[in-house]
Amino acid sequence: MTFADWIAEPVNWAFLAIGLAVLVCSFRVVTTNNVVHAALYLVGALAGSAGLFLLLSAEFVAWTLVLVYIGAVVVLFLFGIMITRAPTGADEGLDGDHKVWPALLSLALFVTISWGTIDAFGTDPITTTGDPTVTEILGESLLGRFVIPFEIVGFVLLAALIGGITIARRDLTPVEEEERVSV
Amino acid sequence: MIANQFLVLAAALFSLGVYGLLVRRNIVLILLSVELMLNAVNINLVAFEAVLNTPQALGQVFAIFVITIAAAEVGVGLAIVLLIFRNRRSANVDELNLMRW
Repeated sequence: MTFADWIAEPVNWAFLAIGLAVLVCSFRVVTTNNVVHAALYLVGALAGSAGLFLLLSAEFVAWTLVLVYIGAVVVLFLFGIMITRAPTGADEGLDGDHKVWPALLSLALFVTISWGTIDAFGTDPITTTGDPTVTEILGESLLGRFVIPFEIVGFVLLAALIGGITIARRDLTPVEEEERVSV
Repeated sequence: MIANQFLVLAAALFSLGVYGLLVRRNIVLILLSVELMLNAVNINLVAFEAVLNTPQALGQVFAIFVITIAAAEVGVGLAIVLLIFRNRRSANVDELNLMRW
């Protein structure tokens, strides 16, 4: 398949546009000097990934990503930023001193992974029909074959909830503890 | 569409996440980079599902598991960041030398 054949499909234009947006947003997430901007660029990257999932006809996963990540996780990040950094302007001290070796390492990682995937999968076509995956199938897998992992993941979420509360809760000082008991 | 365009894009996202993980000093930004890496894995899983078209939509099921675990990870991670910040007045990893001598 030549590049001319590839670009002739309109769906690939959508892929190029969304993919470029995702790449630019992700690049800004790891390079920007402003913590709040990093979290907001992450929203862009995740929304673009949801668009890619829609292209791959994974509608349920796409909207789950929007709900869980953009709706909850990014808000949590913004709260974390607000609590840990009162002045939220640009800051030069967000990065460490060494940048060349991490850049080289991640470039090497990218070349290795993409060489591996191109070598292994070549031009395997995506055979999805374009119709969205029926959510019923997902539900049957989740509550059928994968019911035990599903329950375990639910338990992990509960444990994370309780753990998060326990860790972040401020312990009372002995004096405060005494006052509370005496009242 | 071919599988490789998604896989190479996911590889690029993963590498950007690794770069951010190694370069950033602020813990919150390190967690953001980890989210990028998890998201790259999700793109891979859904792309493989679109190639293989398994009858049980296995790739999408695993993507949902990854999203769930990532949400739990962020909750616990930010709670730890909060506790560290309260005790040390700093959220930079190179200033956390409690367990170093």
